[in-house]
Amino acid sequence: MMPENKPVTLVAALNRALHDALAADEKVIAFGEDFADREGGGVFGVSKGLSTQFGTSRVRSTPISEQAIIGAAIGASIVGFRPVVEIMLMNFTTVAMDMIVNHAAKLRYMSGGQTHVPITIRTATGAGFGIGGQHSDMLEAWFAHTAGLKVVVPSNPTDAYGLLTSCIFDDDPCIFIEPLGLLRSQGLLPEPGHRIPLGKANIVREGADVTAVCYGRQVGDCLAAADALAQEGIRVEVVDLRTISPMDMRTITTSVRKTGRVVIVHEAVRSFGVGAEISARISEQLFGLIRAPIQRVCGFDSPVPYSKPLETAFLPSRERIKDAIRATIC
Amino acid sequence: MNQDPPPWLVLEGIFRTMTLLKLHDERFRSLLKAGRVAMPYYSWRGQEAIPAGVSAALQPDDYICTIYRGLHDSLARGVPLRELWAELLGKVTGTCKGKGGPMHITHPKSGVMVTTGIVGSSMPIANGLALASQIGGDGRVTIAAFGDGASNIGAFHESLNLASIWKLPVIFVCSNNLYGEHTKFENATAVDRVADRAASYRMPGIRVDGNDPLEVYAVAQTAIARARRGEGPTLIEAMTFRFYGHVFGDQDTYMGAGERAAAMAKDPVPAFRQWLISSGKATEAVLARIETEITAQIDDAEQFAIASPFPDLVELETDIYAERSV
Repeated sequence: MMPENKPVTLVAALNRALHDALAADEKVIAFGEDFADREGGGVFGVSKGLSTQFGTSRVRSTPISEQAIIGAAIGASIVGFRPVVEIMLMNFTTVAMDMIVNHAAKLRYMSGGQTHVPITIRTATGAGFGIGGQHSDMLEAWFAHTAGLKVVVPSNPTDAYGLLTSCIFDDDPCIFIEPLGLLRSQGLLPEPGHRIPLGKANIVREGADVTAVCYGRQVGDCLAAADALAQEGIRVEVVDLRTISPMDMRTITTSVRKTGRVVIVHEAVRSFGVGAEISARISEQLFGLIRAPIQRVCGFDSPVPYSKPLETAFLPSRERIKDAIRATIC
Repeated sequence: MNQDPPPWLVLEGIFRTMTLLKLHDERFRSLLKAGRVAMPYYSWRGQEAIPAGVSAALQPDDYICTIYRGLHDSLARGVPLRELWAELLGKVTGTCKGKGGPMHITHPKSGVMVTTGIVGSSMPIANGLALASQIGGDGRVTIAAFGDGASNIGAFHESLNLASIWKLPVIFVCSNNLYGEHTKFENATAVDRVADRAASYRMPGIRVDGNDPLEVYAVAQTAIARARRGEGPTLIEAMTFRFYGHVFGDQDTYMGAGERAAAMAKDPVPAFRQWLISSGKATEAVLARIETEITAQIDDAEQFAIASPFPDLVELETDIYAERSV
């Protein structure tokens, strides 16, 4: 089948990736709350049509039981299946942290390599939608802080297809974070089965003056900021991490060697976050080559607020990103 | 032991398992007592009839997920004694190259897929193994082993519910030893019998004398057959007692006076041995020969484990991800 050249939404790209994986390998199974077609094909519609096409043995709706969902995925994966589970929103992973952190992440290690856990946990999240403090958190740093997990965040539909496909066929547990703000964004579908390697960042815009490291929804914001700053003569290189862990430091350091200036942008709270880790690694590896203090543009160290002006202020705005980039120049 | 007893082959298997579990535990505790090894050790002594009876009813390729007080499940399933001892001592020849330890014995060749140190966490994963069997149609069943304390944790309830609505081929085996850590069962549990909780999840709940291996065997057989027929899970509550408290060195001050002594007077291992002789199933000489054989196996495993090397430091960062595994 030729790739369609008509743009599709990120939801449609994910749906196609799941469809193609289920079609390619009978060991791929998928389940989650409201996931099958009888229940609507997923709260965001990502799984629409899958249970009808592949049957309710392989594609199932579950009770609202996150520990049971992820536990079932772990068990099936140990004996050869490749389960993809949907945890509707990322905050709901917190009620299954034991399964993710104590089991999925560690069974390969604790078994001395006898077993492994090739599961993919898909979960949507992001601030800006008026759903308050328990439905909006970006928790990628929690999972990146656990050895054994891979953490992936796509920034557009095309990448979402290729990264999700790689996660499904990867032999380690993957946390695949779907930014709510991008679900309706448009992009082209790649060739069926296309995979984007995990652990590899992508330079989405080249520039010689400042490196902006970002992922997910903030990639678009950084590109917009870079466009605006180009008018001021500031050339920004934008690095889309794609995979948070394992982190592609080679691409980051190559860029920073060139620019000497770094701004790290993420929506998650600032303290103890991905930005802190990148900043630490840059100072370990490139001390002396950095020409300005490393800037972080992040969410605030607060819960995500409900009230619209507060919630808007919480998010890294293009203005804040531009200010931080300018601050590295002067 | 009222039912028709199974054939000698089964009885012998159960006796061998119970003897192995008892002698292994006694040897290991003597090493701990002598200070020759040190680790948190969760003795199963007193509960031998449960893994012996359950394992006798399983096929070799069935799965089990067990818990930190689950070394006996591993031994009963046939994890090689040398590798198990080496793992306890953190040696590279262990089941998990010494990287799991006593709370994380894994040996897929024996069907021991996961041993968890987290109370309640054997059950959600056991469901997944059973799900794999259901989708793949391989006819296997999975045992989820846990204790009475785990019946109060959320994972128990989520797991029984999911197993029931999906009719998974899983058997939930609760060893009720009357204590969750130091807290008495009745002070922590809002039902009189864990088995009664099965009613909430539309599955059979059976309480059995967990000190009688033949009762355990019979109940397990029924549950396993039901699971293999695709009729779904069963909850078995096997009543027993742990002789040596929560963890090795436990002072037992939380127990009633005489409670342990009374339980030890009903030690299931000599009781079964006695029954085999009095019912004419075996002679003293036959059983003594088995005991001598197993003692020699334990001697061998102990020496093997002590003589084995520790893992190379390269193992510290191996087996974290597929890319760095050997």
